[in-house]
Amino acid sequence: MKWLGDGTVDRLRANMQTPDLSGTRYRAIRFVAGGGMAAIWLADDTVLQRKVALKVLDADDSPDLASRLSREAHILAALEHPGIVPVHDAGTLADGRVFYCMKYVEGQRLDDCLTKVPAIADRVRLLLRIAEPVAFAHSRGIIHRDLKPENVMVGRYGEVLVMDWGLGKILNGAAVEFARPGADADDRACFSANARVTDHGSVLGTPGYMAPEQLVGDIEKIDQRTDIYGLGAILNFMIRGKTADLPQDRRAVRRLRAICAKAMHPDAGQRYRSVEALSVELAKYLADSPVSAYRESPLERLLRVLHRHRTAVILIAVYLLMRLFFILLARP
Amino acid sequence: MNKVLVGIILGAVLGALDGLTAWFTPAARAGIAGIVFGSTIKGVIAGVLIGVFARKVHSLALGIVFGFGVGLLLAFVIAQLQHGYYLQIMLPGSMVGLIVGYATQKYGESSQAENAGSLG
Repeated sequence: MKWLGDGTVDRLRANMQTPDLSGTRYRAIRFVAGGGMAAIWLADDTVLQRKVALKVLDADDSPDLASRLSREAHILAALEHPGIVPVHDAGTLADGRVFYCMKYVEGQRLDDCLTKVPAIADRVRLLLRIAEPVAFAHSRGIIHRDLKPENVMVGRYGEVLVMDWGLGKILNGAAVEFARPGADADDRACFSANARVTDHGSVLGTPGYMAPEQLVGDIEKIDQRTDIYGLGAILNFMIRGKTADLPQDRRAVRRLRAICAKAMHPDAGQRYRSVEALSVELAKYLADSPVSAYRESPLERLLRVLHRHRTAVILIAVYLLMRLFFILLARP
Repeated sequence: MNKVLVGIILGAVLGALDGLTAWFTPAARAGIAGIVFGSTIKGVIAGVLIGVFARKVHSLALGIVFGFGVGLLLAFVIAQLQHGYYLQIMLPGSMVGLIVGYATQKYGESSQAENAGSLG
């Protein structure tokens, strides 16, 4: 009997995972990335002659995960926003694996891209752009539940896209929003059932980016504020990374850390009420205005105002010194 | 606040302060009221000119240069009328113009922004 080498086994495993795209308009080009339940493949759309990304369920995964991937495709289809990757198609392959087709985004993951963005102010601006699609999803009754740098893509032309909505949760009352005009009763029932795919007590998310309510699997308490925690964790990653070029002004760092701490407060009730509220706070930080998360002393407030209007302060100081000089010159 | 108003208020305040400093010059102390009045009017004129310029030209650098120029010119006219104190009048006068030029560009709202604000 002849034993197979590790390389051969790996090749066989890869071949087994390669999706069977026969009967579809797609032709696999290469494997891009693998996740917990599915793999992303770069493919060629032979009809429209363009590159697309296919997310295909792993060969040996359960019906629950197939349902989850299908739900992810529905969520993406419902969220038409420049910051959310558009889905083009969804279905089941000849090998029985569920898939969906989306825009192929050329760029870098946020965690890789941050080395090129050392300035904290630029990173905060990036976070504001990440917050936009998240706020949009919240307005449609959907939460992401797995916000982390690895799930944010920064495209070649600077576009910011929030990816991987596989753990997305549809909040109560939002299912109606997804009923497509042509959808029949079965479709709606199926999708409504999918909306309750997460069982109480199940823990979903990524350690380090999961809110305490996610860690204990308390799905009743999971809402928009869970994503606010995730955004706070991304901000924390941005300001604590080795490549972060923190401002020289210590007060600015304290204010930013206070925003981060409020967004990541263990008690969801103490966090920002909405993503918009967090965005407003970050915009205030960028404008050197007072932020609600940090109570400044009168001296700190004075120094901040002077710093904010430093050019005007310098000009007036020069004028006053000039005047003083002439007054002293005029003295007998 | 619109740019012209910023220019007028700042020009008047800085002009009045500029005039008040004449009190420290014993020779000018007797006519301090006239000096303060004249200096305030000069500041208002400079503020209007610089404010109108800021409304037309949205450039911090050009605003500063224009403000400096207007301040220098008006101060020169005053110095000519005084027959002296050229340095003491023209240097602070140009500095006042420069500050007003900076402030109108930096802090004054453009008319489009005001219109948008009133619509919203």
